[in-house]
Amino acid sequence: MQTSQMIPQLVLLLIVLSNFAVLGTTRLSTCIRALAVQGVLLGILPVVLASHLSLHIAALAIGTVAIKAGILPWFLAWAIREAAVRREIEPIVGFIGSLVLGALALVLAFAIAAHLPPLTSSESLLVPVSLSTVMIGFIVLTSRRKAVTQVVGYLMLENGIYLFGLTQAASVPFLLELGVLLDVFVGVFIMGIVVFHINREFDSLDSARLTELSD
Amino acid sequence: MRLLALWILPLLGAGLALALPTHRIGPARIGTLVAVAAAHLVLVVTLWIVPAAPTLGGWFASDALGLVVLTLVSVLFFLTSLYTVGYLQRERPRGGRVFVSALLGFLAATTVVTLSQHLALLWVGMEATTLTVAPLIFHRHDRRSLEAVWKYLLISSVGIALALLGTFFLAAAQGDAPGRALILSDLIAHAHALHPAWLRGAFLFLLVGFGTKMGLAPMHTWKPDTYGEAPALVGGLMAGALTSCAFLGVARITEVMMAAGLALFVQPILIGFGLLSLLVAATFVIGQRDLKRLLAYSSVEHMGLLVLGLGFGGIGAYGSVLHLLNNGLSKGWLFLVAGNIVLATGSSAAADNRGLLRTLPVSATLLVLGLFAVTGSPPFGLFLSEFTILRGAIAAGHPWIAVVMLLLLSVIFIGMAALILEMALGTPAPGTERVRESPWLLIGPIVLLLIVGMLGVYIPSALNTVLTQAAVSLGGVAP
Repeated sequence: MQTSQMIPQLVLLLIVLSNFAVLGTTRLSTCIRALAVQGVLLGILPVVLASHLSLHIAALAIGTVAIKAGILPWFLAWAIREAAVRREIEPIVGFIGSLVLGALALVLAFAIAAHLPPLTSSESLLVPVSLSTVMIGFIVLTSRRKAVTQVVGYLMLENGIYLFGLTQAASVPFLLELGVLLDVFVGVFIMGIVVFHINREFDSLDSARLTELSD
Repeated sequence: MRLLALWILPLLGAGLALALPTHRIGPARIGTLVAVAAAHLVLVVTLWIVPAAPTLGGWFASDALGLVVLTLVSVLFFLTSLYTVGYLQRERPRGGRVFVSALLGFLAATTVVTLSQHLALLWVGMEATTLTVAPLIFHRHDRRSLEAVWKYLLISSVGIALALLGTFFLAAAQGDAPGRALILSDLIAHAHALHPAWLRGAFLFLLVGFGTKMGLAPMHTWKPDTYGEAPALVGGLMAGALTSCAFLGVARITEVMMAAGLALFVQPILIGFGLLSLLVAATFVIGQRDLKRLLAYSSVEHMGLLVLGLGFGGIGAYGSVLHLLNNGLSKGWLFLVAGNIVLATGSSAAADNRGLLRTLPVSATLLVLGLFAVTGSPPFGLFLSEFTILRGAIAAGHPWIAVVMLLLLSVIFIGMAALILEMALGTPAPGTERVRESPWLLIGPIVLLLIVGMLGVYIPSALNTVLTQAAVSLGGVAP
């Protein structure tokens, strides 16, 4: 196998590992670190996938690393420091359970990807890794109680979709990629502000306490 | 040019309102809001007289379906801006600087959604609506509005993320097919060259994604909490304008699916989501004790009706487009009236509001008339559009579905009438006096009542032409 194929595959493998790092840890700071690592990997990926480096790809890589590996993790780290929360206590699904679910998601993603018609000119591992990241993000989002961890899950889900978007880089113009990135950025920013207020009002980042509204 | 001005103008207005030096919502901010809203409405009216050519490489254009939604958004926003003048005389939302800017940003984002022919651009606009609405829901900064905004942000962000995945699937379906990437007209023109497996996946993700923003059951769970906690005028804009934009997203992918000859795949799914929404609405309307939450479930019901019409096709699709207009206008009407009640008594719960016909005679009359309008009673427009959708069900060979629909609609009518009549009639709590009702707070609902009333008996021919074009693009016909 040529090195030009091996490097993207290695990066994708590391992305899968970072998914499992988030699933298996109780420490919120480790979660956020894994997310930042994933952001760096996502920034590298378009560069190593491209046959030649264009300005478009360079800008996308820099923008991705700056937002997904820099600003957002820093912002989440600030939120947990301010709120003095360190651990995810009593997740709805236990850590062993979520690792098992994550493994099942990975298998399922490969099975689905095998049934989808192949995409022209792109790394074949991209689709299954993308789908599994979406599913694992969803698992984190629904199985954790802390608002910060839920934001981490949402960002993983976004990362998975971004991975799929790389297969379609040719059909989505740069301007729109920028728009998508900006939307995610502002979205998480607003979520961060809300997380901050949840902490102040409820003295905890536990979204399970948000139960005043119901029918 | 006008197509760009329509969304750049509100964006500039939002920037201006943010840049003004004072922190309070002064006359300058309110003036900006009303002036931009009026200019937007004037521009939209000119689109009806002289159509605008597509701009920016075909990314922006106003086709029939987009124009219907754009007009709805513009009318609702203008009337809501007038209402805002009266609202801000009584209530000062915290974070005043942001309030007007977020409203104008919302107008810009919804306008982008209605005009965009590039489906990724449509996504960017749709996501921007979520972000601009969040500060509006959160204006009170208390526990309940915090819970509401968290649910809304998280659920609709996940929904909209799935819609993005669907958009990428659509690009994958396009593959090597001729035409510009993700441009609606090119997707439709070369629909048979799209890859069906990717296309089906795209439809499912886009339907679930935009369906979450519409508030279709079972993705509706954010709706009662958000509408219950948001200021009523924001609830009106969300239930009237935002959900209509989200429906436009569903309608766009449906257009592509119909052109690709996948109607048989699409229709049962749409009908399933529609019936489930009616069922959920009927279940939760009964015994509901809060007016704004009641309206939220009514919104779930009407979103269900919209996708049902789309699912039946034929005249059902025409009914759907007409219903989009009627539902949006009547939701604006009822939420603004609910806002008047909350301003007067501080609550929208039935327990705090009795005998409104005596304490708030004009608003309470508008509320009772609104009850008959949203439940589809003649002579209001919703009767006509719901009837057309029911006819669509029978024409499509689903008489049993029509029977089930009628049954659920009757249950919803009973549930809504029970709460609203209880609030309007009855004896006011001792010591409550008649409240003076500001004309600023009444003009919006009254104008909306007149429009919805007119649409029930008379549809102008220009409107009928556009509605028919929109229905045809969705694989339907005029009745």
